[in-house]
Amino acid sequence: MAERIVIDPITRIEGHLRVEIEINDGKITDAYSAGTMVRGIETILKGRDPRDAWAFVGRVCGVCTSTHSLTSVRTVENALNISVPPNAELIRNLMANALYIQDHVVHFYALHALDWVDVVSALKANPTEASRIAQSISAWPKSSVGYFTDIQKKFKNFVESGQLGIFANGYWGHKAYKLPPEVNLIAVAHYLEALEWQKELVKVHTIFGGKNPHPNYLVGGVPCSINIDEANAVNAERLAFVGKLFEDAKTFVDQVYIPDLIAIAGFYKSDWGAIGGGLTNYLSFGDFPSNGYNNPDSFKMPRGVILGRDLSKIHEVKADDPEQIQEYINNSWYEYSKGDKTGLHPWEGETKFNYTGPKPPYEHLDFTQKYSWVKTPRWKGHPMEVGPLSRMLIGYASGRADYKEVIEGALKALDVPVAALFSTLGRTAARGLETKLVCGWALEFYQQLLANIKNGDSRTQNNDKWEPASWPKEAKGIGMVEAPRGALSHFIVIEDKKIANYQLVVPTTWNASPRDPKGQRSAFEESLIGTPVADPKVPLEVLRTIHSFDPCLACAVHLYDENGSYIHDLKTY
Amino acid sequence: MENQKPSFYEEVRGNGISRRDFLKFCTTMAAFLGLEASGVGQIVKALESKPRLPVIWFHFQECTCCSESFIRASHPIVADIILNKISLDYQETLMAASGVQAEDAYKAVMKKYPGEYIVMVEGSIPTENEAYCCIGGRSALQILTEAVKDCMAVVAWGNCASAGCVQAASPNPTGAKPVHKVISGKPVVNVQGCPPIADVMAGVVVHLLTFGRIPQLDGMNRPKAFYSRRVHDTCYRRANFDAGLFVESFDDEGAKRGYCLYKMGCKGPVTYNSCGIIKWNDSVSYPIQSGHPCIGCAEAGFWDNGPFYQHLPGVAGFGIETTADKVGLGLGIATAVGIAGHAIVTNIRKHKEIINEPETGSNNVTPKES
Repeated sequence: MAERIVIDPITRIEGHLRVEIEINDGKITDAYSAGTMVRGIETILKGRDPRDAWAFVGRVCGVCTSTHSLTSVRTVENALNISVPPNAELIRNLMANALYIQDHVVHFYALHALDWVDVVSALKANPTEASRIAQSISAWPKSSVGYFTDIQKKFKNFVESGQLGIFANGYWGHKAYKLPPEVNLIAVAHYLEALEWQKELVKVHTIFGGKNPHPNYLVGGVPCSINIDEANAVNAERLAFVGKLFEDAKTFVDQVYIPDLIAIAGFYKSDWGAIGGGLTNYLSFGDFPSNGYNNPDSFKMPRGVILGRDLSKIHEVKADDPEQIQEYINNSWYEYSKGDKTGLHPWEGETKFNYTGPKPPYEHLDFTQKYSWVKTPRWKGHPMEVGPLSRMLIGYASGRADYKEVIEGALKALDVPVAALFSTLGRTAARGLETKLVCGWALEFYQQLLANIKNGDSRTQNNDKWEPASWPKEAKGIGMVEAPRGALSHFIVIEDKKIANYQLVVPTTWNASPRDPKGQRSAFEESLIGTPVADPKVPLEVLRTIHSFDPCLACAVHLYDENGSYIHDLKTY
Repeated sequence: MENQKPSFYEEVRGNGISRRDFLKFCTTMAAFLGLEASGVGQIVKALESKPRLPVIWFHFQECTCCSESFIRASHPIVADIILNKISLDYQETLMAASGVQAEDAYKAVMKKYPGEYIVMVEGSIPTENEAYCCIGGRSALQILTEAVKDCMAVVAWGNCASAGCVQAASPNPTGAKPVHKVISGKPVVNVQGCPPIADVMAGVVVHLLTFGRIPQLDGMNRPKAFYSRRVHDTCYRRANFDAGLFVESFDDEGAKRGYCLYKMGCKGPVTYNSCGIIKWNDSVSYPIQSGHPCIGCAEAGFWDNGPFYQHLPGVAGFGIETTADKVGLGLGIATAVGIAGHAIVTNIRKHKEIINEPETGSNNVTPKES
């Protein structure tokens, strides 16, 4: 008998996501993912100074803070043909690396762990046994019996207060939780440590960008100057600070995040290593240039597409090719002038609000009609998954030695085949393994920055095209970034020194979008099909798979109005 | 029933925080709140005896930067304890429960603690069409209106909830409005900034916990403790401004020496915030210190106050101060003229001092290659 379940709000994500599922005989047979909030940032950008765009689009998201700003300055630089000095490229890499590491750790502990870890079970743990397990998997110093005893006592007091705060109404005791109490206790301890730790690494943003969230960026380079003989610039003290932050981050990732990930995965691999695979196509724009952004071969993360899980072939990605990337709105609350079934390349894109859903408050959305504020992007007509799993697969399939090493190491440690990567657990594991790679790259970029400065290069900004008088009358640009959540691209058209058109195609737009005109599901919806649900009233299993993507809905929803005029066609409900 | 609830202090002690650390925390908070030394005792007493304050935290049209900033609070026990030790009963970014179970959590607070809970809001509220922001099938406006009915007070986090922020920038396609424009009858504290500084957020929470009432506010409902000073007046580069030493283009010689960013568009003279005092992320830096002009993110409508890199109206040179002050404080012309003569004399002296200092202070020794 089919049962329809609504989960709204999906918590522990960024933004507003609603998921409706149909369950037959204990398994999900259909799923719908809807973005339920819209702001209209692309419309707001029209007519503004392109050099200001990074600040506006930065506010698309404060969780993956800085990624949109980085994409934006790359977009404007691409349009105006500006190359940034090597130091600026390195500082941008370091800021992006810091975000990756911080964001992935926060995702694992604060946003995802509670899907796997039963915090209430930790109260039953034997701290001596927890200490023994912790010491057997890691050299992390906070692993004594006394430490776990204190954590357990702290948590017991919290639970006994009766005010459970963020842990209230969790799914504690659900039979899908499989960790022994001792492992739950270790995870609770590390949940609290990660919350404390995460605020440290972002100081890389504060040093170079003045603040976090929302550090400052600059078209042509970076705003901070380097002067090793000056208190008011990036000097030896600031550089040493950055170095220490990355060293500490690497220690935390190596000694806490990765051992926890492998330990927890060990208990769930038999089922969750085969559930939630979803789509079979993977896209990455690649990132972290080691020799200039215009030289993709130098990227630490390779660019490419995998189709049908065929790891023997990497397809070439060209974001400016109108045949490659197209966005559809057949199931989204917008309308196109050439009809709602057409797909448009972002440079040609157009969007008008066209809300045809039910008037709130509502019980259900009607999925025979438009049902989301998220548009539907496609690569050559294929739905694509983006994010850490895609990147790790593309790195692996490209034969990169560093990727091969961490992936094969993890598969061996867990004693699972490559096919286990195509799953909810594979997605979660890929994020951790990627973090390990990024920690290594960050230290390389840091050493390169020191070497450059030592060799006398302190430039951080190229001002050649700073003045609008030096710009052409018309220009078009694309900026691509691999954000922590996946492939991110911005498209700009500049006319008469102003933004004539600005478009964002965002990771969660790829993953969370509604169905395209062919009826093909996007990543979230596809990945839920076949998932077992033990108790439809507490659909913990759905959260596991959705959270494995690390959704970011504020990013996913945006709009663009081709004519620059807001059209009041909203009274249709 | 009431006296069975553990106090903040009991919770803190139970969590292994020493009394010494607890008192240190109270002192730091007293300093941030601008209290006299005698006020420390008041904070200690309040935190020792009050039960945890129930908090419902909503996300509407926002980007979650306020939540992210909040968890960056840096004083030892703030991230670890305040975050958990107010009773944060509904917070979509962090809470374990989803869907019905999540909604039940805030409904339980409304029922159990009428008149005692705080509603914190991150994000603006769309008014053009309520369907532009829905949670659980209900609109932001419906949820907020219902939740504030029995609350003690509302905290509007950040520029979105205080002034509409980026989505309210022209042409404001969704009709985004701040909290104080869509509710009435409850005190609203506007904690400005995009996002607000983490320790300012912690400071506001502690004020509520300590005194059981909202902090003293300015005309725009911002807590005076954090928003009564212009970034310009508290900027460590102010001496360069007074001396007429400016960055003329990014990464020029002036930039490498940390000169004033006024000519690069700095909005410090018209922005009220604590960036120059508390600074960001455990006082590591703030935008100006890291070479970028202030974009004015703690002010209503800052997105539409002209391009970021265009300097504020004024005449470059020694006359700037009077003009900037007029913009910032609306000083009368007579006053401005009165201080101008003094300013010129002082500025010439400062200009000479600063411009000479780096040269005379440098030993010009090239470090040996190692």
